[in-house]
Amino acid sequence: MTAAPRITIVGASLAGLRTAEAVLAALPEARVTMVGAERYLPYNRPPLSKDAAEALAAPGADAAAVFERLVLKSRLATGAVDMRLGVAAEAMEKDALRLSDGTVLRHDWLVAATGLRPRRLALRGAEGRRFVLRTFDEAVRLGHAMRPGARMVVAGGGFIGCEIAATARKLGLHVTIVEPMEQPMIGALGPRVAAAMAAMHRAQGVTILAGRSVAAVSDSDSAVILDDGRALEADLMVEALGSHPNVEWLEGSGADLSNGVLCDNRLIAQGADRLLAVGDVARFPNPLFGPAPRRVEHWCVPGQTARRAAETIAACETGRDPEPGFAPMPSFWSDQHGTRLQSFGAPALAEAAEVISGDLTQVGTEPVIVEYHRGGRPVAVLGLGAPPAALAPHRARLERALSPETVE
Amino acid sequence: MKVHVDMSICLLHGQCVIAAPEVFSFDDEGQLQWLADVDDGLRADVEAAADACPEQAIRID
Repeated sequence: MTAAPRITIVGASLAGLRTAEAVLAALPEARVTMVGAERYLPYNRPPLSKDAAEALAAPGADAAAVFERLVLKSRLATGAVDMRLGVAAEAMEKDALRLSDGTVLRHDWLVAATGLRPRRLALRGAEGRRFVLRTFDEAVRLGHAMRPGARMVVAGGGFIGCEIAATARKLGLHVTIVEPMEQPMIGALGPRVAAAMAAMHRAQGVTILAGRSVAAVSDSDSAVILDDGRALEADLMVEALGSHPNVEWLEGSGADLSNGVLCDNRLIAQGADRLLAVGDVARFPNPLFGPAPRRVEHWCVPGQTARRAAETIAACETGRDPEPGFAPMPSFWSDQHGTRLQSFGAPALAEAAEVISGDLTQVGTEPVIVEYHRGGRPVAVLGLGAPPAALAPHRARLERALSPETVE
Repeated sequence: MKVHVDMSICLLHGQCVIAAPEVFSFDDEGQLQWLADVDDGLRADVEAAADACPEQAIRID
């Protein structure tokens, strides 16, 4: 390659930022443009359901000061990247990208880092009392509504739902989680751990209505109607029902967009060989867990996939093949009622869970460590209120057990 | 390179200990310890540790 490659990164959150840094570290001559639909510099989202949510709900909260603490530290030199913030990617036009301000950007490589947007209930009405939680602006809006004594319904008991429920309890709201499955977080944690977590939420005063969903909202009074006809009084409702990958702008690119962007292990999109995907939208095979490509919505994935995407681009630009076998260890954490959950591996893929330290009836008061198995092999380790030093050896053991050399 | 951890925002997730065990560790009381002055040969690991910190508490100079 002679000319400096033009690299357009769409998405200016964690994955986009880390990709820009990694690309410029590997290819200092690259001309990098980053496009972000939000008007904000890249910021850290996990606190939006935890400490930042609490700070934003405080009377007279200073949103700018809260935001300041969320801005991601960056290794980018000033002016190293052409940042287009407050502008969305609209559509592909052959090998160029059209933006919402009418600009058309040409590129040699395109990196999709557009992340997710919350799924909404397919219901109309009561818009002023309905909230989602993904962006800072949404968190500010929710913060204004989280007043002590207010009645909050959380539709969906995933991690975001359970975290915002715990935060709201701490702020003195009355909180009900409406979860369609048998327990909140059951898909992510399995039935035994999910039941223990549900017990902890109940002990903290959260009402859990499991096996139920929201069927209607009333405009005339403050009712939320469930699928069994029951009416809940709700001053506010948070819709925490999972997410959709933001990939519509890639229609016509040739990529498989059936669930995020289908990529190979190099993170190059299948069907579009100048397109890569990173972060929440990337669906790729991880040799730690077999050949099936998966999308993983954990905070660690943006950094891991960003480095991989940069390595792939740099290798292609210099006529090398990228190293095979990208096998990042997934991890996630969640903070609920002062208890930290820390997971390594993929508990969602497990068939069974075994408590290897502590007692699940004591979650929230004593440390508990759970190991998850599939096909007789460990696939994940989860600590509940366990100190990181106690988890570290289990994580190392898991890494050995999952390494592709050991598996096959 | 100089490594600094802002202990006023660190919540002991321990991600740095995993990313760069040569530099970050837990002591017997479970408190975070780190090397303040690190050879540049470890820069990639330390940068990975800083990136992996959920609280963004690690500064590299």
